[in-house]
Order: sequence, then structure tokens, then C-alpha cells
Amino acid sequence: MATSQLPTPEAVLAPPTPALLERLRAACGRDHVYTDADQLRTYESDGLLQYRSTPGVVVLPGSASEVRDVVRACSDAGVPWVARGAGSGLSGGALPVAQGVLIALTRMRAVLDVDLPNQRIVVQPGVTNSEISAAVGPTHFYPPDPSSQIVCSIGGNVAENSGGAHCFKYGFTTNYVTGLEIVLADGEVVTLGGKELDHPGYDLLGTFVGSEGTLGICTSVTLRVIPVPEAIKTMVAFFDSTSAAGEAVSEIVSGGVIPGAIEMMDQLTIQAAEQAVGAGFPTDVGAALIVELDGSLVECEACFDDVVAICERNGSLSIRIARDEADRTLIWRTRKAAFAAMGRIAPNYYVQDGVIPRTKLPEVLARIAELSEQYGMRVANVFHAGDGNLHPLVLYDGESEAERAEELAGAIVEACVDAGGSITGEHGVGVDKKRYMPRMFGEPDLAAFQMLRCAFDPRGLANPGKVMPTPRLCGEVPGPYRRHPLERDGVAERF
Amino acid sequence: MAPLTIRSETPQTATDAADLLRAAADDATAVRIEGAGTKPWGHPGADCALRLHTGALDRIVEHNEGDLTAVLQPGVSLAELDATLARADQMLALDPPLGAGATATIGGAIAAADSGPLRHRYGAPRDLVLGVSVALSDGTIAKAGGKVIKNVAGYDLAKLFCGSFGTLGLIVELAVRLHPRPRAHATATGTTDDPALLARAASLIAHGSLELQSLDVRWRNALGMVLARFGGAAAAEQAAAALPPKRASTMPSALRQRTSSDCSSSFACASRPAAAASCAGSSVVAVAAGRGCSRTAISVMSPSVPNEPL
Repeated sequence: MATSQLPTPEAVLAPPTPALLERLRAACGRDHVYTDADQLRTYESDGLLQYRSTPGVVVLPGSASEVRDVVRACSDAGVPWVARGAGSGLSGGALPVAQGVLIALTRMRAVLDVDLPNQRIVVQPGVTNSEISAAVGPTHFYPPDPSSQIVCSIGGNVAENSGGAHCFKYGFTTNYVTGLEIVLADGEVVTLGGKELDHPGYDLLGTFVGSEGTLGICTSVTLRVIPVPEAIKTMVAFFDSTSAAGEAVSEIVSGGVIPGAIEMMDQLTIQAAEQAVGAGFPTDVGAALIVELDGSLVECEACFDDVVAICERNGSLSIRIARDEADRTLIWRTRKAAFAAMGRIAPNYYVQDGVIPRTKLPEVLARIAELSEQYGMRVANVFHAGDGNLHPLVLYDGESEAERAEELAGAIVEACVDAGGSITGEHGVGVDKKRYMPRMFGEPDLAAFQMLRCAFDPRGLANPGKVMPTPRLCGEVPGPYRRHPLERDGVAERF
Repeated sequence: MAPLTIRSETPQTATDAADLLRAAADDATAVRIEGAGTKPWGHPGADCALRLHTGALDRIVEHNEGDLTAVLQPGVSLAELDATLARADQMLALDPPLGAGATATIGGAIAAADSGPLRHRYGAPRDLVLGVSVALSDGTIAKAGGKVIKNVAGYDLAKLFCGSFGTLGLIVELAVRLHPRPRAHATATGTTDDPALLARAASLIAHGSLELQSLDVRWRNALGMVLARFGGAAAAEQAAAALPPKRASTMPSALRQRTSSDCSSSFACASRPAAAASCAGSSVVAVAAGRGCSRTAISVMSPSVPNEPL
């Protein structure tokens, strides 16, 4: 039965009881409830492989009502649960509670409604990000495009408020979700929003998106989609330093242009990606800057030459303008292969996710170079140049270096916060970044977060142990002592 | 029942505000928060014995030009903010009605989730706020979000406060995302007295691959108008491209060819006398395939003109 402690991955739970397992089987069917050790181990980790935890049972519901029944069973048993989409997350958000319930949404992959006249699509949470654009193409598309879009699930995108290369111009998941059906931790089903753009009342939709599965589990997502741009023009400029490329970015943006995407890669990254893709990027330059303009044809044409001129003015060594769709695809493949390509220049790597104000790029990169030398490990940098989201890739060799690599990655996150940025731009806090939360948020801030979380899930059953740095029970109210009106009136006393 | 004594306070700092809220909570005093008082529909139904005014919390705390962000106190007037940002060729892409005297404040606009025609391209207040600091009724000041455009650390309480009408606390500071100010604007308009045709025209434009700043439809005196506004270096060309001949059959029938550089109702000229240069960049283009137009003047709806009904 329920334990009195707030369950965390660190706490020890008893394995699921036969009674609970029976209820889960009744909810989803025997075939979709896994208890076999090998099956359970498949789910012990998400994309962040250094954290592993084996769940007590994995369930794969096939519908919203099955999800509700599963959550209700967990609530009745007082057992915590973790929801998982594709398990591609990079912060340990889908890391199971040891012996807890893992709810995998992979069977819920239906597109429920495509409503192009109203520019909406309604999907189940297991649908992948790229399936969304495919379902509304070729006239419309869904802009938030994380690099894992071929595999990542929209439910996971909702949990993390995922971004992608095009989010500087187009925004993030939270700017596209207009409706959600959610199962709360007590099993109650709630509908927030719908197809309309505006809804009366509090913006609970906006509060839920990015809440990393700690406020409930969504069973249906209504998304806004937009018409594809009339024109796309892509170029990649090469500079002898990331600072020069950074200056070019600043000038482009302050000149009034919001590129559809603007990405920077440093020399190490270019070298690795070139080995993997062979697009013909020069490997002896300091930085590559991919700038893609999209929108109306006349506006793109009017701005493109300006952008080329700005790059030249800031010392670009050469500029390659995509000749055709194939060339454009090759340029983007080089960028998107960056992480995976690291395997060509180092046995292991640790990808970090931090955000800084864009103007702080030169100083933060200098700090990263300093740290890299201090630790004796190379760091390759990929940068969403428009919005300041930095992905340093710490390269290392073998288990013996893993801890120091993580330490270096942590020092980089601290440098981002010191520069006025954030500990995470898109990967989320999950398990991985909990310990940095106090660097960004003070006690009153964390108390307010906790207040929100308790309003949705007072018993702490939904994805416990994620986001908040220290476990807290609901009902603990830090802050100044508040007298009850009865105390004030002298009618009652507190002992 | 004795008449309610209403007390007004104007906190000078965020801490003052938090202290006032805690004292009110201790006494179970209902609180009403006011900016410039331009949105009477936002007031609670019950009378509140304490009115908190944000007038003294009116500083632009930071304007980070290079990063396109700003940090503001709630009492900053939207009109003054726009004037300040315009000097750097930037804008906060939020153009709600500003009330009589154009006094609406950022705090009020955010708390009421108010927006205007620019919503079409740039989103609602929730899409522009990057972070908030709020004074809560327990006397604490809590913050969420940050100052950077991309940020998923912690819960997005900033969204919760947008449209909360002052019921959750007093916003004492907020960080917003800015955008480049388009170099020029041009609006394509079409008129018709057929509502179905009006709807079809608006829908056609909305679904096109056009990047509109704003797309508005109005109906006044038995006549409808679609207004499609473009911004950018090639604004006039974009507007012209919006109404190619092949669309004429699906466009409102009563149209008229007219190019006007009448600046008197354009945004740039209305609020600042010394804006002649930016006036030159604004034009109204009403492209027509007209035969027999029963309409006369086409007015440019400028969303920042106060009290201009749309």
C-alpha cells in the first residue's frame, strides 16, 4: 500500500502486488502488461543512458480510457508511475521509479482528426513529431522540429516543451498546443482548451506543457499547424572564428530579419560531421553558420542579399548558397548529423544543453575553451544561434573519464547561468538537472513550483523525483508563518 | 450594512507590494490590483477594500538590444515602451487597445491577456513573456522563467499569470521577448457587402503562404472589409502579391484600385510628430478588379489608435 514517504527513484518500493497487476491487466489486456525481467530492462533508461532504473511493471495502454484505468489503479494502490513516449529524452524524464509503474504510450499512435480549414490536428500522444507534419503536408506543416523528430513522440514534446532548429522564428511546442485531454494522478480526466485559439480561465494548458510529466498524463493533443512558407532560401557561411560568426548573427537579427533557422557549428563539429556526411564543408575553418530564410518569396529575396552581405562584412571566408532542394538537404544533414557524428572523432561524448543570451556567446565559448583545457577534454559546440541555445558536446574516452566529463558538462551549465541564461533550453530538467535548479531558482521560487505541483498531484504519484531538487511532501509550506483567522480573533490557539 | 471604506496603496517596491498583500491576507481583506484602469471588465465583482496601484512600479529595468529582450515593471505604459523600443528599431509585438489617453500598462495587458491585430503573427501575451516575478499573498516574491527566449527550466508559471486578472498575485516584474520593427508596412484591403464572400476572402488569405503581420475582418454599416497587413523590407510588394488577378473571382467584388500615402491614420505618424521618415514607408494599397464600387473611402485601421473600434 501507499508509503508515507514521497516516492523517489532513490527510495525503495516494494514490487507491484498481485492485486495491482490484476487491475493493470484488466485495464490493458494481459498482452500489454510486462513483468518479465528482460522486458522490464528495455525500459530502464531513456536517451540519457547513465541513469538506469528498473520498473516493477510496464503497461502499454491502447486508449485514453485504458490510461485512465491504469492511473486510477495506481492511485488506489498508492503506487507512483512514470509516462514514457519514445524514450528519446535527454534529461532522464522517463527514467522509471524502481519497482514503480512505467506507462508506455507507444500503442497510442492514431491521428484522430486532421482539420486543415481550421489549421488543427488532433493526435494521440504516441504519434511521432515528423508524422504530424506528414499528416498535414504538403500544404501545411508543424514547426517545432527537434532533431529526434523521426522518433520522438508528441506526448514527449508536450512534456518537455520541445523546440528545434526553427524555433527562433516559429516558436516551441507550447505555442502550438491549443488543447489537451489529460488524466490527472487521481484518475480524473480533464479537457483543457480545444481547437480555438483562446479559452476563458487560467492558462492551464501553458502550465502543463513543459511540466515534464509531473502534473498528469496527456491522452490527446490538439495542435495548431501553419501553411508552408512560399519560399525557402538556405546558405552556409564559413568564418575563421565563432565570434565572427556570432557578430554576423547579431547584425542579421538587428537588421530586422528573423531567419527561419540559424545554426552554428564549430571546427570540431564540422570535422566530425564532414566525415559522416561528406557535404564538402571546409574542415579548417573556425565556424560554419547556416542561415535559412523562409516566408514570402519577395521578402526572402529582398533580405537574402543583405544576409550574404552581412556575412561578408563580418569576414566570412566563403559562402555556399544551396543550389536546389538536394543541396539544402545535404547542408541540413550535416548539421543534424552533428551529435551522431561525434563517434567518428571520439569514443564517447556527453551532450549538454544550456541557454545563454545570444550576445554572451563569445564570452561563454571562451569559458568553455578554458574549461576544456583545464579538464584536458575536447568540447565540440553546436549552437542554435538565434535563440542562444548551446549544445556543447564533451568528448571523452571510456568509463574512467565519464565522471569528469559529466563534471565538465556541469561546469558549462553553471557558466550559462552565470551569463544570465538557463540550465536547459530544450532537453528539460528531468533527473539530470535537478541539482542545478537552486542555481536558477531561490527557495520562494521552488516553493511556488511545489504549490503548483501539489495542486495537480497532492500525493506525488506522477513522475516523482523529477524537476524539483529535493523531495517535498505537499502540505509542507515553507515561508513566513501565517496566522489562521481564528487565532487572530483569539478563538483558537496552535500547539 | 456599513459602506465599505476603500483604501488605496501605491507600493514603491516589489517588497512593499508583497508586504501589503500579506497584510491583506492576514486581515482577509479583498484586494484589487490596478494599472491605468483601462479595462473595467477585469475588475472583480465584489468590492475590494484595498486597491493596489502599480503606478510607482513603472521602470523599464532592462532593454537588451542585442538579445531582443526587455525586463519591465508592471506600470510601464505600453505607448511609452513602444516609443523607447522604436528608437532601437525594435518593438514589443503586442498592440491591444490602450484605453482613453493611451495609458494601458504592460502589467494590465498581461494580466488580462489582452492583444490586438499583431496577435496574428506574433501570438498572445503568453507567447511573448519569458519570465515573471510575482508577489504572492503569503508575502513572498517568486519568480519563474528567465530572460532568455528559449528556456524549459522549471514550471511555466509565467503562462499561468497571463490572463489571470490579478487573482493569483501581483506581477512585479516581467521579461518579454522583442521583435525587429518592420522597416515598412502596407495593407491590402477589400470590401464587400456579402458576408459569405467576406468570410471566403479572409479564409483564402489566412491559408495562403503569405506572412501577414495582421489579418482582420470588420463589419460596419452593412459593409465588410478584409484588412491584410504586411511588414518588412518588401511590404508593398507583398501586399500587391496578395491580390493577384487570378484571385479576383474569389475576392470581394466591390474593390477599387487605390494607392495612398495618406499617413494621417498610420501608426507611425499618429503617436509621434517627428516620424516623417517612417511615414514615407507606410502605404495603403487597395488592389481592385473593380467594376462599379458603391463604396467610398477605405480607412486604414491602425491598431494602436486608441478607441478605434475594429
